[in-house]
Amino acid sequence: MSAPYRFQNAGRDLQKSLLSEWYRGLSAANGEGVPVAYLFISGNVAELLRAFGFRLGYPEVNALQCGIKKAAGPLILRAEEEGYSSDVCGYVKNDLGLLASGGRAPFGDLPRPDLLVCTYSGCTTYVKWFEALAERTGARLVFLDVPYLRDRDALASDRAYVVRQLEELIGICEEVTGRRFEEAKLREICALSRRAEESWTRILESAKRRPSPFDAYFEAVFFMAPLYVLRGTEACARYYESALAEIEERIEHGLGPVPEERFRVVLEGPPPWPHFRAFWELFKRWGVVSVASTYSKVGGLFDQGVRHDPERPLESIAEHAIHCYTNWNLGLRRDLIGRYLREYDADALVFHSVKSCRSFSVGQADTREAFSRERGVPTLFLESDLADPRYFSEAQMRNRIDAFFEALEHRRLAPRAEARP
Amino acid sequence: MRPAAKADAELGALFERCRGIVEDVSLGEVARWKASHPGSRAVGLFPVYTPAELLLACGVLPVGLHGAGGRVEIDRADSRIQSFVCSITRSTLELGLAGHLAPLDGVIFPSICDAARNLSGVFQRNFPGLLVEYLHLPSNAASAAALPYYRGELGRVLTKLAALAGRTPTREDLARAIALCDEHRSLVDRLYEARRDEPWRLSAVECALLVRAGSLLPREEHVALLRSALERLPERTARRRDRIRVLLHGSFCEQPPLELLETLEEAGCYVVDDDLLLGTRWILGPVAAAGDPLEDLARAYLQRSRPAAVRHGTVEPKGRAILDLAERAGADGVVFATAKFCEPALFDLVPEKRALDQAGFPNLAFEFEEKMGTFESIRTQVETFVESILLFADERAAAGPKPGGRR
Ligand code: SF4
Ligand code: SF4
Repeated sequence: MSAPYRFQNAGRDLQKSLLSEWYRGLSAANGEGVPVAYLFISGNVAELLRAFGFRLGYPEVNALQCGIKKAAGPLILRAEEEGYSSDVCGYVKNDLGLLASGGRAPFGDLPRPDLLVCTYSGCTTYVKWFEALAERTGARLVFLDVPYLRDRDALASDRAYVVRQLEELIGICEEVTGRRFEEAKLREICALSRRAEESWTRILESAKRRPSPFDAYFEAVFFMAPLYVLRGTEACARYYESALAEIEERIEHGLGPVPEERFRVVLEGPPPWPHFRAFWELFKRWGVVSVASTYSKVGGLFDQGVRHDPERPLESIAEHAIHCYTNWNLGLRRDLIGRYLREYDADALVFHSVKSCRSFSVGQADTREAFSRERGVPTLFLESDLADPRYFSEAQMRNRIDAFFEALEHRRLAPRAEARP
Repeated sequence: MRPAAKADAELGALFERCRGIVEDVSLGEVARWKASHPGSRAVGLFPVYTPAELLLACGVLPVGLHGAGGRVEIDRADSRIQSFVCSITRSTLELGLAGHLAPLDGVIFPSICDAARNLSGVFQRNFPGLLVEYLHLPSNAASAAALPYYRGELGRVLTKLAALAGRTPTREDLARAIALCDEHRSLVDRLYEARRDEPWRLSAVECALLVRAGSLLPREEHVALLRSALERLPERTARRRDRIRVLLHGSFCEQPPLELLETLEEAGCYVVDDDLLLGTRWILGPVAAAGDPLEDLARAYLQRSRPAAVRHGTVEPKGRAILDLAERAGADGVVFATAKFCEPALFDLVPEKRALDQAGFPNLAFEFEEKMGTFESIRTQVETFVESILLFADERAAAGPKPGGRR
């Protein structure tokens, strides 16, 4: 973008350099003798591990990157050759296939982990994934049992339980790294996380404007990357400040993700990474903007007030682990979607249901019924996968998307047409 | 009547009764029990394991939910849960939507997998009149916090059940329920031992029917039923056949069609151990320890659960566990029968199979669904598997001492 804009794409460029620096550091960690911990995105405890100087790797991000870079297909097949069923989560197969092929990812070499921290947050498959990694890498595996948010009455004891486990994890980290725990350091890291979370929330909420300056699904998935892999660092906090400046500039100049916003939707479900661009284009053609999405909350429901807190570091880490989208029960998820539809003034609710992720997909069709039949919200239900390129049929997607927005457009025009003499 | 003939007739009648109970998708037995116990409550337990002791202590009838066994069409549930999800998840919802679960006042889902977890949410929305609870089973066995936490979680669910039943259980109520379940479990364990030792006296289908019927009957009644079966089994007319001994594994949650068990036997297998309805035998040994009842239950789960793909957060190697099971059963081979789309089972299959392969232990793996058109391809696979083991045994016999496993 040219002259008058100071911040457009500044965030993107900064992000690129931050992420490649992160990968470089990770690839070099074993050689430099720096301990490496692997963890998941949902409800992770990065702050605590960072306080011990671990470099952090995220197998889910490996799978996501392979998906976007169109490298997932052969890796998934590789895992299937080893006996993994065609019906189990493709994210896991992608990562295990990558490991089996020597760990040379399209973005760098994967380091050998010293510690695997498996959070149960929101996904049971996580357990199987890290068990397989432990078996192959020989790294120490620890579990963090994060109970599903099933009943508000259980919340206090759930949180206390997670905190107790975090205290135990501190002991394990001391053993693995040979370093003492410094609470002051953890507080500092939590303060940095909080800074990023504040800016990120403001970015998300900017989509309440009409037109929205930001796509809360198609753009959010890129904007949120540093929050997931670099949370708790100064660089991450700065990134969100510059991303926020970019959004504010967009508002000032009336810029947005599409030239003309025609439909505002809430998007539920993960994206089809191997066909991400094609999928987005199918919506852009109709001037569709996602004003809110659930996928951008899998790493934490920051827009619902979740914050890391230097005053209560362990409690706030536990709360973050509990309050990620897929760790909420379906009733809470429905309420959240309902709020998004209202607060973001959306025209429709779009589901992208992926076979791989039962954590998302089981019950999604029921949620759709709840909105379409009982509340009269226009809904579109699309199916493919987030990891496995074999499940995406562009022609079929296009037909369904076109038919849906044509009908929505018709509905909008119809009353006016009828009013004509 | 000769004793054998009498035992045969009595056992035959008993199995028929069990079949009737099991195949009635509308839970007729539960409805009858409720009719004869006015004001009482029945709560369904989705697999794999929820301590039935909690329900019994409140006077609530625990009712095992085991899907529909292919006896209903997935029609209403189809628009709510997609086809890439295991049969039991879909059929359980169908049973509910079609009114078959009417005798139930509640359903409890334990934290076994994401499909069951989300199904609990679908139930909450679709059946607002039911008590729908989600029980969090601890998934960090190494943590010292797991025991007090899980004790509290049991207490939380107990409070809900007590409210439903309108009766707060005393410590004695809990202790009695624990003792009853301990007795019941020890009888099921004895049944499994009897079959392991003389599998020609109890077929896989009979064993499955006997145990499954128990999850739909009052515990005391099933205790009596098991005792009478155990007494009669040794007197039964039975001819020992030249079959191989197999451990059936992977069907801990969704149950394979009974025809599949028949097929295994017809193809030349004795099922000498299995993980069907694993929840019935979940705890090894008695729970009762004369301490605080809820703590006893929590401790038993954390320290004496059988290995299972849905028991999360232990660091025990999966491969070792399956080899131990197969050896203890004196099995010649392992048959993995995995419910299609069951992620916990499908994931564990990989390390388990690898361990068996590395140890040179014969094994065969296939998937099943509740509704299957034909068992012919499975039959062929099993026949080939049996032949290969028999052939191998003959070669070994010709070469030297007999293989250890076969008896
Ligand atoms: S099931 Fe879903 S949340 Fe779990 S690993 Fe797979 S994609 Fe991720
Ligand atoms: S069969 Fe497997 S996937 Fe289905 S509910 Fe049971 S454990 Fe979960």
